[in-house]
Amino acid sequence: MPLILTEEQTMLQDAADGFLNEQAPIAHLRKLRNDRDADGVSRDLWRAFGEMGFAGVIIPEALGGMGLGAVEAGVIAESLGRTLTPSPYLGSSILSAKVLIEGGSQAQQAWLPKIAAGEAILALAVDEGAKHAPSRIATRAERVGNGFRLSGAKAFVLDGHVADALIVAATADEGTTLFLVDPATAGVEIERTMMVDAHNAARVTLTDVAVDADAVIGAVGGGEALLDGALSLGRACAASSLTGAGDQAFKTTLDYLRTRKQFGKLIGEFQALQHRAAHLFSELELARAATIGAQIAIDEGREGASLAASIAKAKAGRVAELAVQEAVQMHGGVGMTDEYDVGLFMKRVRVLNELLGDAGFHAERVARAQGF
Amino acid sequence: MTDLERFRAETRAWLEANCPAECRGPMADDEMIWGGRDATFKTPAHRLWLERMGARGWTAPEWPAEYGGGGLSREEAKVLASELRRIKAQPALASFGVWMLGPALLAFGTEEQKKRFLPEIVRGEIRWCQGYSEPGAGSDLASIQTRAEDRGDHWIVNGQKIWTSYADKADWIFCLVRTDPDAPKHLGISFVLFDMKTPGVTTRPITLISGKSPFCETFFDDVRVEKENLVGTLNRGWDVAKYLLAHERTMIGAMGEVGGGRPVGQVALDAIGADEAGRLDEPMLRARIADLEIDAAAFRLAMERVGDQVKAKQAHPAIASMLKYYGSELNKRRHELLMAAGGADALEWEGERSHDGKTARDWLRTKANSIEGGTSEVQLNIIAKHLLQLPGA
Repeated sequence: MPLILTEEQTMLQDAADGFLNEQAPIAHLRKLRNDRDADGVSRDLWRAFGEMGFAGVIIPEALGGMGLGAVEAGVIAESLGRTLTPSPYLGSSILSAKVLIEGGSQAQQAWLPKIAAGEAILALAVDEGAKHAPSRIATRAERVGNGFRLSGAKAFVLDGHVADALIVAATADEGTTLFLVDPATAGVEIERTMMVDAHNAARVTLTDVAVDADAVIGAVGGGEALLDGALSLGRACAASSLTGAGDQAFKTTLDYLRTRKQFGKLIGEFQALQHRAAHLFSELELARAATIGAQIAIDEGREGASLAASIAKAKAGRVAELAVQEAVQMHGGVGMTDEYDVGLFMKRVRVLNELLGDAGFHAERVARAQGF
Repeated sequence: MTDLERFRAETRAWLEANCPAECRGPMADDEMIWGGRDATFKTPAHRLWLERMGARGWTAPEWPAEYGGGGLSREEAKVLASELRRIKAQPALASFGVWMLGPALLAFGTEEQKKRFLPEIVRGEIRWCQGYSEPGAGSDLASIQTRAEDRGDHWIVNGQKIWTSYADKADWIFCLVRTDPDAPKHLGISFVLFDMKTPGVTTRPITLISGKSPFCETFFDDVRVEKENLVGTLNRGWDVAKYLLAHERTMIGAMGEVGGGRPVGQVALDAIGADEAGRLDEPMLRARIADLEIDAAAFRLAMERVGDQVKAKQAHPAIASMLKYYGSELNKRRHELLMAAGGADALEWEGERSHDGKTARDWLRTKANSIEGGTSEVQLNIIAKHLLQLPGA
């Protein structure tokens, strides 16, 4: 498959860009932040997002979604990266939805139409410590009678403070297992964590949380395979958001280079800046190619898709990091002000870089896969 | 089965039957098959491999079949490339004719020129060299001084070229000459072809820091060039030159993709060994190699994506400068890491054990990647001007 968007995918991109630029530009993020909004995310916007079909992009049509693939999921994620919209998209529409599509029972899949409609927000609770380490899950699932008792502490749970249901990864005797947990269950404590980018996550503490056997998603001990599929798709989408954010910061910077004057010249005339901009352009081209390449690998069900997603996440992360640093530096003093948007891009990119494994995490996976 | 799946199955079967065992596996740069009148082959099997691939047009898979090419679509060509990779087939032919001149002839050549030169190029029967740079025209290529004087039905060419790759081994040259000394520098250049055996042509190899001599100085002393061998319009050779440069840059950039030989991580493991967990026992080097492999994988996809954009007519012509810049810098990085991986062993310059210092010589050769075909700095200038529209660039 060619590594460029089809006509339909381009139309989806135009629709997502159009919707977000109108309904949720950066001013939307600023308002939620400055008003210290109780949720930090707009339920109204989320429903409108659902009405557009975006929240159900990967959810089968029979369950109220668009039934599309990773490339389309990435198209929307990239638009969200450009507008910095705080949105449950990644946590709910991608990670949680993917887990339920692949492993959910019929009863559990009843959540999918609600996710697609933007009526429900689900959150995936995998991480525990400061760094992403899905292969080392300390949260325990003990068998008690017909059910399980969950104990442990989860961190960096995207939108966990407003979630209508949680998907919790825990280690049972049989291995990693995923559970669908009602946040109102006794023993679940949720602490909202406001992050540097004004998006929200949560710390979730589980103390002897009793769940029935039908809370298990897929098989007991089958969580690793389910997670791998969801995390790969999530990483590929995060790569799209990183590319979108990095590219938008770059575009803003190019505009500045074309208008700001010093020493009687446009600063874009200085070769020192031109070469840095040209280098960054090249890096962004690689990030884009790695990202769509991974998404196509996922859609085609290729063997190396998980690794391709790691390569995309690592590359897009490093490139976006460079893009936002150059953006602030080339803007000079105003780049340091809260009033200018470039700082907001720097903050979002830092969060996205940490999410689902940073570049170092993914470089480690690449080294292992190549046997060195 | 879709057409593409059928094509893959047929291609796989044909390659299995026709790619000799000797032509599979890694191939050293100095074993490449360049073809031409005085072609040399590593083994008779390599001659056969070239003949078979050439007859099918698969040395130039996407060229039209009427000029000897493979006539494949972009998607079919990708399948062929992946099937060749699958069996680790060595390139049947390395050719400036295929990589550089052919695309320019297809775009600018007359029907006679295409019929005359392209099939020979596909079959590897003619070896070309490129007469571009001069002692006074490096990065500022358009300031070339080699003169072509009009003598009615032919020109008389005088001047000197430099960095002419394999000029001493080439059959013909594609060459930039000044046909109007009074016009602005970009508007007085013509693109001509001539036989390197023409009286008045001499070459002198230049020894590089690698100890090898892939480049020559090339001198023209009253060389007769027929007018029928003008490509494109008189005095508008710069258009042809730029078009060809885009292909040259893509080719040099592709070195970042090919990387040849064994993966750096494996080379490092052999030299340094692994820890108890099976990881390369030099964590800092391991991290650098992993970063390189991520960039290399992303670059491979960027090459493929640009190819797809070209096919879909969505590509900016200057995008070749991005590939050239990134690919050549990537290749230099790869060879720095190969040197670090080899450690003291990689420092040997002579003797059988080191294949006469192959690691070190290859490393030094790559330093030219970011100079030849336009320096990295020139590529960045082009990106800034044509792709980013920065002021005054």
